[in-house]
Amino acid sequence: MNIHEYQAAELMAQQGIPTNAGVVATTAAAAGNAFDQLAGASGLVAVKAQVHTGGRGKAGGIKLARSSVETSEAASAILGMDISGHTVGKVLVAPGVDIAREYYLGVILDRAARGLTIMASAEGGVEIEEVARVSPEKIVRVTADPLLGLLDYQIREVAFGLKIEPQLMSGFSNILRALYDTFVANGASLAEINPLILTSDDHWLALDSKMTIDDNVLPYRPDLEELRDLDIENATELRAKANGISFVKLDGNIGCVVNGAGLAMATMDAIKLFGGEPANFLDVGGGATADQVALALELVLEDDAVEAILVNIFGGITRADLVAEGFVEARERVEVDVPVVIRLVGTNQAEGREILANAGISTVESMAEAAQAAVAAASGH
Amino acid sequence: MSILVDSDTRLLVQGITGREGTFHAGQMIEYGTQVVAGVTPGRGGGSVHGVPVFDTVSEAARESSANASIIYVPARFAPDAVLEAADAGIPLIICITENIPVNEMIKVRAHVKSKCARLIGPNCPGLITPGEAKVGIMPGYIHKRGRVGLVSRSGTLTYEVVWALTEAGLGQTSAVGIGGDPINGTSFIDVLELFEADDETEGIVLLGEIGGSDEEEAAAYIAEHVSKPVSAFIAGRTAPPGKRMGHAGAIISGGAGTAESKIEALEAAGVAVADRPAAVADLMAKQLA
Repeated sequence: MNIHEYQAAELMAQQGIPTNAGVVATTAAAAGNAFDQLAGASGLVAVKAQVHTGGRGKAGGIKLARSSVETSEAASAILGMDISGHTVGKVLVAPGVDIAREYYLGVILDRAARGLTIMASAEGGVEIEEVARVSPEKIVRVTADPLLGLLDYQIREVAFGLKIEPQLMSGFSNILRALYDTFVANGASLAEINPLILTSDDHWLALDSKMTIDDNVLPYRPDLEELRDLDIENATELRAKANGISFVKLDGNIGCVVNGAGLAMATMDAIKLFGGEPANFLDVGGGATADQVALALELVLEDDAVEAILVNIFGGITRADLVAEGFVEARERVEVDVPVVIRLVGTNQAEGREILANAGISTVESMAEAAQAAVAAASGH
Repeated sequence: MSILVDSDTRLLVQGITGREGTFHAGQMIEYGTQVVAGVTPGRGGGSVHGVPVFDTVSEAARESSANASIIYVPARFAPDAVLEAADAGIPLIICITENIPVNEMIKVRAHVKSKCARLIGPNCPGLITPGEAKVGIMPGYIHKRGRVGLVSRSGTLTYEVVWALTEAGLGQTSAVGIGGDPINGTSFIDVLELFEADDETEGIVLLGEIGGSDEEEAAAYIAEHVSKPVSAFIAGRTAPPGKRMGHAGAIISGGAGTAESKIEALEAAGVAVADRPAAVADLMAKQLA
């Protein structure tokens, strides 16, 4: 789960990282009102879009303002803005700061290293992927010990790697230690400060914070689950999740109902291979019961763009005859007004197909046939 | 031969009294797997399907001489269950459980390695050597003993390809599901190494998906160390970036982990990559002809 910049900054502040705390506003007026309390000596605030995507600056999602009026104008321009498909619903108004140097500091789940890797660069403010592509030698990396955690010498290695002067070492080390602790304490899969700045009077400050929380931690951490921004999450995806179904909305017109994540992806790929576009990823989960299948059909049909549905079930432990019964029952409960192509194979497939045939529903044999039939149905042939 | 499990496997089932554990213990026994003990803390002294249940893994291992353990306990308790099996000296641990926090797995993986045990999974369907031992949740009857070793990050997608290999008359030596999580106990490379060394395995099928760089690492390994023909399928060509596609590990992040990158790496290593799952069997048939 992605969280907003201001939420990530709060989690980091709890571990002792100096952050540039501000005020979150959902209206231009509220943003304008925040100016006086935040501007301080600099006479300047930054108005920053709170969206779960990068590239805010380039998209015009970060503006500086020098008065209450300018602040509300900036907020007005940013609120409602579309940044890479994300609509801005909140802005963070934060004090202007005097920047002497900018660094990147991140803790990432490093799948290749099978552990947590610290990444740091003296090229702050730039996306780390960009630095990695253009000048990978400028990134300092150390991987924490899986059992002992991040060791002091590793923190020193990062600091020396960034050529941080001796008098600034202790402040930097405290921040890196606290960032690692923030990551671990909140079951994160990403925690980054970009930029981490040094002010002209030698103070460290986390100017922008970003965190991703491991979804698997959320059942044990209601405090983190509360950070979910329900306004920006897809309602269908949330409803699916609450019922043990994995659903991801896509842009095509062929709805998919599949059991198993790998098979669900392969089904989307097959649709594309035969010239169609999948409308969603959907994994009904382990037990493809009548209730689950009915709900899956409902979820898929919530999308008006759907012009055909492809059901692809491999009955393993889940018996195909039970899935067929579930589908027949589901069709009675849910009004399905688009063509449905069903491919049902595996355990008890003959019985399953008979149940469907008796209900007037025909099935196809292979995934390729199913995808072709769904593509044809969606394009009205 | 085969890899990892066979008719000599003496299996312990952790979580045997739970709904999943009881059901799958029954299925495995029916398939012919030697299920020698079960563990559920607080339920020692009982039995399930005639299999004795113990309170602790160390006691169960001592009494039953188990040499493998399969874990069906809920995510909250699964990391501890894996560690208990490793500390009891069980050399092969299969963790079916999904939704284990990844930071937990980093530690569990390291500890299991330090005990020289092998962990398969988590979030995996398990593994099978057709005709000898089924250690997992896969439907047994779709498998047929044969010539091809299969390794996969997925569940039902694996069954799809297993079925195609069976129908093509190629069959399987062993089929191993390594799981869909970002951090798992056994990698593609670990299994490729075993299949390469297995005399009975003539060809290898690799089923990957978006996310991480395991397939790219496997490709580099294949180019250097694998002499047997390999065919593959990578799921998720149409997956959008930044979205978790069911499996925790199936996510394209920061432009890395795309299907294209994996397919390109595998093809460069001489692997025949299919454009849909069932076609993997056709490619393998051609390679073995």
